[in-house]
Amino acid sequence: MLEVKDLNVFYGGIHALRDVCLKVERGEIVTIIGANGAGKSTLLNAISGVVKPRSGKILLDGQPVAATPHGVVKQGICQVPEGRLVFANLSVYDNLMMGAYLRSDKTSIIADLQRVYALFPRLSERQGQMAGTLSGGEQQMLTMGRGLMSSPRIMLLDEPSLGLAPLLVETIYQVIAEIRRAGTTILLVEQNAYKALAVADRAYVLEHGIVTQEGPARELLHDPRIRQAYLGVKQGQTRVG
Amino acid sequence: MNWFYIKGILILCGINLTAVLGLSLLTGFTGLFSFGHAGFMAVGGYAAVWAGLRMGLPFPVALLAGGLVAGIVSLPIGRLTLNLKGDYFCIATLGFGEAIRLVLDNVQTFGGARGWAGIPVTTTLFNVTLAAALGTFVMVRLVHSRHGRNMIAIREEELAARTVGINALKYKMMSLFISAVYAGVAGGLQAYYLGFLQPKMFSMTRSTELTIMVIFGGIGSISGTVLGSILLTALPELLRAFALWRLVVYGASVIFIMISRPEGLMGGKEISIAWFRRLLRPVGVGGAGGSGGAGGAGAGGRGVRQ
Repeated sequence: MLEVKDLNVFYGGIHALRDVCLKVERGEIVTIIGANGAGKSTLLNAISGVVKPRSGKILLDGQPVAATPHGVVKQGICQVPEGRLVFANLSVYDNLMMGAYLRSDKTSIIADLQRVYALFPRLSERQGQMAGTLSGGEQQMLTMGRGLMSSPRIMLLDEPSLGLAPLLVETIYQVIAEIRRAGTTILLVEQNAYKALAVADRAYVLEHGIVTQEGPARELLHDPRIRQAYLGVKQGQTRVG
Repeated sequence: MNWFYIKGILILCGINLTAVLGLSLLTGFTGLFSFGHAGFMAVGGYAAVWAGLRMGLPFPVALLAGGLVAGIVSLPIGRLTLNLKGDYFCIATLGFGEAIRLVLDNVQTFGGARGWAGIPVTTTLFNVTLAAALGTFVMVRLVHSRHGRNMIAIREEELAARTVGINALKYKMMSLFISAVYAGVAGGLQAYYLGFLQPKMFSMTRSTELTIMVIFGGIGSISGTVLGSILLTALPELLRAFALWRLVVYGASVIFIMISRPEGLMGGKEISIAWFRRLLRPVGVGGAGGSGGAGGAGAGGRGVRQ
């Protein structure tokens, strides 16, 4: 469904992504794991048009993806940015409605709103509250809910578990599985490799802007190298860091 | 205090209000700070006088032409600078404002540094009030529209706004354009009130004054903008009895507001009919009422923003 071919991104002189190739099939959850600064967020930003790639192709169903963020959203790709970027001085309800910005069909928007409230009952309890006064976990729910309101075909999730309490991480991941079951394809970027690999179908490992490994998530979960580098499991005498 | 003097202050209030309303859209609602709006006032002022005197257009048309020229000038400026983030945009506008002033200082067609004298005094209290009221009405409608909400979204969190599909550059350009048109019209009103144009009038101090009025009144509030620009225009005049000390008092009162109410006088809230009702309910009928200028602005509002 989504295909990235030989993508190169530079920040000034820094080569942030080198010839990155990636494929996401319809209905899959694909995760990209990697350390800080490996280029995970850059990859998502390039797909959503926030960062301009120097070379390479990004295709959705074989067609090139628009170069501007608003064009990308129109095509059904929706990014949920890292760090819970909510509109702090708008209410929860207004934040969600901003997500449906490019849609005009009232009845289907309301149906999606009900669906978001069903996924995150907390949001429906707080719909009149200013988004800035929500807790971190609630803000993460809100950014995800706002993403769903654009009724995306594919959702790009950037570090949804960042800085959340373990119990909330659990909730967020249940919802991710739920969203996929409802038919939305998901590309998930995570530092919490264990959680990501447990929920995903396939995974890519990104190191210094290069895809070093890819395969079914279950296999990577048991790969000794991955276990040592990203899951903090020591192997024999070798030490990390 | 004779009527002529009071009328003069009221006209200045109206001129400042028109300029500050536009800036309020840019700074208060879109989150872009500008220290160069006096530059747009200058462009509008000179263009309006040119249109009126050299081209012989009637006064209202000349004013609109001034606003339009200022708006058009803002487009290439915006295209070049609006990709800059925060402080950098601010510095770029500062540079623009100073550049306009220096160009006008040196281009002899417009009178250069000596200024352009002999402009017929056409601006009256009536047409200033009309312009300011119309400007307020349009701005209130704009801010409560879908476009206004998109600008607020950009102010709140630009990346998030872009990821929900808002064309951030387009809305920032729109905001800058509209604010430049307002500044241009205000510049025209000022030229036709003073009967004289000089580049010195549009220095950085003037730009700063406008921005202070927006912040003083409250970021993201039209009622605050109205209150702020009227109070800060009238205050130095009311304090004229203190002679040189009045500027100290002016500065001190701005600092006082910033310390006691960092969010500005209104702090993102609007005065509206509903707001007055709530104000009166617990007190009874004997409420002191609000200032006249604010009531007029609130009438167009649609209630306190949630």
